[in-house]
Amino acid sequence: MSKSVLRGLRAAALTGTLVLGSSLGSHPALAAENPIKLGVLEDQSGDFAAATIGKVHAIQLAADEINKAGGIMGRPLELVAYDTQSDNTRYQEFMRRVLQRDKVDVVFAGFSSASREAYRPIVDQFNGFAFYNNQYEGGVCDGHMIVTGAVPEQQFSTLIPYMMEKYGKNVYTLAADYNFGQISAEWVRKIVKENGGKMAGEEFIPLGVSQFSQSIQNIQKAKPDFVVTLLVGTAQASYYEQAASANVNLPMASSVNVGQGYEHKRFKPPSLKDMFVTTNYIEEIDSPKSKEFYAKFKAKFPSEPYVNQEAENSYLAVYLYKQMVERAKSTKREEIRKVIALGDVCMDAPEGKVCIDPKSQHMSHTIYLAKVGADHSISFPKVWEDIKPYWLGEAGCDLTKKDPMAQYTPSNPPPKP
Amino acid sequence: MDIATHVFSALYQFGDAFAFLVLSACGLAVIFGMMGVINLAHGEFIMCGAYVTAATVHAGLPLPLGILAGTLVSALVGVVVELAVIRHLYDRPLDTIVATWGLSLIATQGTLIMVGSTMAGVGTPFGSFQVGDYSYSIYRIVLFCAALGVLAALYALFNWTRFGVLARATIQVPHMAAALGVDTRLIYSLTFACGAGLAGLAGGLYAPTMTLVPTMGATFIMEAFVTVVIGGADVFLGTAPAGTVLAVVKSAMTSWQGQLFGQIGLLVAVIIVVRVLPKGISGFVLRERT
Repeated sequence: MSKSVLRGLRAAALTGTLVLGSSLGSHPALAAENPIKLGVLEDQSGDFAAATIGKVHAIQLAADEINKAGGIMGRPLELVAYDTQSDNTRYQEFMRRVLQRDKVDVVFAGFSSASREAYRPIVDQFNGFAFYNNQYEGGVCDGHMIVTGAVPEQQFSTLIPYMMEKYGKNVYTLAADYNFGQISAEWVRKIVKENGGKMAGEEFIPLGVSQFSQSIQNIQKAKPDFVVTLLVGTAQASYYEQAASANVNLPMASSVNVGQGYEHKRFKPPSLKDMFVTTNYIEEIDSPKSKEFYAKFKAKFPSEPYVNQEAENSYLAVYLYKQMVERAKSTKREEIRKVIALGDVCMDAPEGKVCIDPKSQHMSHTIYLAKVGADHSISFPKVWEDIKPYWLGEAGCDLTKKDPMAQYTPSNPPPKP
Repeated sequence: MDIATHVFSALYQFGDAFAFLVLSACGLAVIFGMMGVINLAHGEFIMCGAYVTAATVHAGLPLPLGILAGTLVSALVGVVVELAVIRHLYDRPLDTIVATWGLSLIATQGTLIMVGSTMAGVGTPFGSFQVGDYSYSIYRIVLFCAALGVLAALYALFNWTRFGVLARATIQVPHMAAALGVDTRLIYSLTFACGAGLAGLAGGLYAPTMTLVPTMGATFIMEAFVTVVIGGADVFLGTAPAGTVLAVVKSAMTSWQGQLFGQIGLLVAVIIVVRVLPKGISGFVLRERT
């Protein structure tokens, strides 16, 4: 019996749904109003749940705060949340449901890039409006989408040159074998080449693989100066423990670890020693704004294991949406995009100041370089402020003029006009 | 790099794949191969063993005792499951699919709700050793030895002990065994518990090397089922050669072309074996002997 068949069966039986009204009871004046509906499609179970339950909680936190302060233009925010179970077909099913049956005003959806590409055509088809609050491999040029997560030019253009300068120019990439891992690896290849380095090797690992003995040996054979780990999902996270026990002892660089799956909390030290991650937020960031956000989060969800970058992306996305709706005086996507086109949709987020880039509808970020120590404590050797998501705009994506509803990569850039 | 290094690395990779296949599969070999219960909750018994092991180690027990605790708790859960559900389904093998699949959903989601999305790992013991240019984890050798030990113990249990004889008799011709005074219900319970305990043992042994999440059972279940399916009904004569064949194919393909081809190779090998030997490897071996 294959795993995917099992998963399919499992998912089919579990069309468990969960509709979470945010605390309207305490505001009878608000409850009478016509609410603004926000669809939340995130993985609350399955392989990705560890990294994404915090996103749902962050959205609940922001919605509660906004409702307590009077809602958006006097209208309360109502959450319509479904558990997508780390399953791409659930995304498609629930995306149709929130857009057609629940008629939500906006959807916050998706962790893996495979799931985003699964639901994106449906958002386009029904003329919906979706936020993807997740770091990813970049390149989505689609007027129906706003991306609040970080992209390769923010995470890799900072991280890879730093690592090459510090440790050497031989790079090995170990990546998850699906669109995120493949395209991210392409970015790493490009940046390594631009900086005069060379790829000692690359290996792509199918999702769900948990045994890495052979990969570890391949890495030792290639003798790289450091390893770029773009491993996704909880099964693949077994790599660190296995590499540490085989004494691989190479520095690691990543755009997804720590900031997403808090591996430094889950594994026994020192298996993540010398892991370097570029992230726009993690709970260890020591600024007043970050501390305040963390305290609010823990007050509402005391048992939350970790407040990761996707939680912060989701939290600030609710406030960005509020700002845009209030400025547009409408929840209509066309009106909101007119506000985005002004180019001054910014806010003071827990990470620092962020702004939406009108050309790509992606966000500028403060990028923190997080280093994991031998005892799994986090230090920040470097911080880059206000890194813009420049690649799409420079490559020719301009959503203020034309909406191609497509995803581009360095080897497949937007067509030149 | 000299030949000895290559040979050792190939052997190590083979042993590693063999240990994973055999340890994942031996519990299922008892429950599915021998008893005929299509146990889709096998992965969740493994998860149970891993979680109990990690929890007891966090509570201060040494790892071997933790693994023992994981094994025993899984076996106990196995007894409960057998009494409550499986017992009523022995003559309805297809219904066991639905029942055990439901159990696996309940176990996965129940763990997620009660224990949370992850559990802290316990760290791999023993460190590493160096051969040529490569360094290896000592614990992987321990896993290989554990796989061999489990196979030997299963062989001894089912061939040399009174329980083993009664279990085989009960499963072959239940009413005849009952007529001869065997308490077949007890034997069924114990055999199921033995399978569940072996799954728990696999979970306990792999707990230090893996991410502990409610869905971790899913990473074992494909390997477990294919090993048992091509192994056939006999626990020892099936699992051992099936594990060997599949481990050779998987480790060779993985070292040649990477993890994806390792998986493809594994499944192609399964298709070929099932096509050529419909009763599995043990069916072939036993027919040759008689």
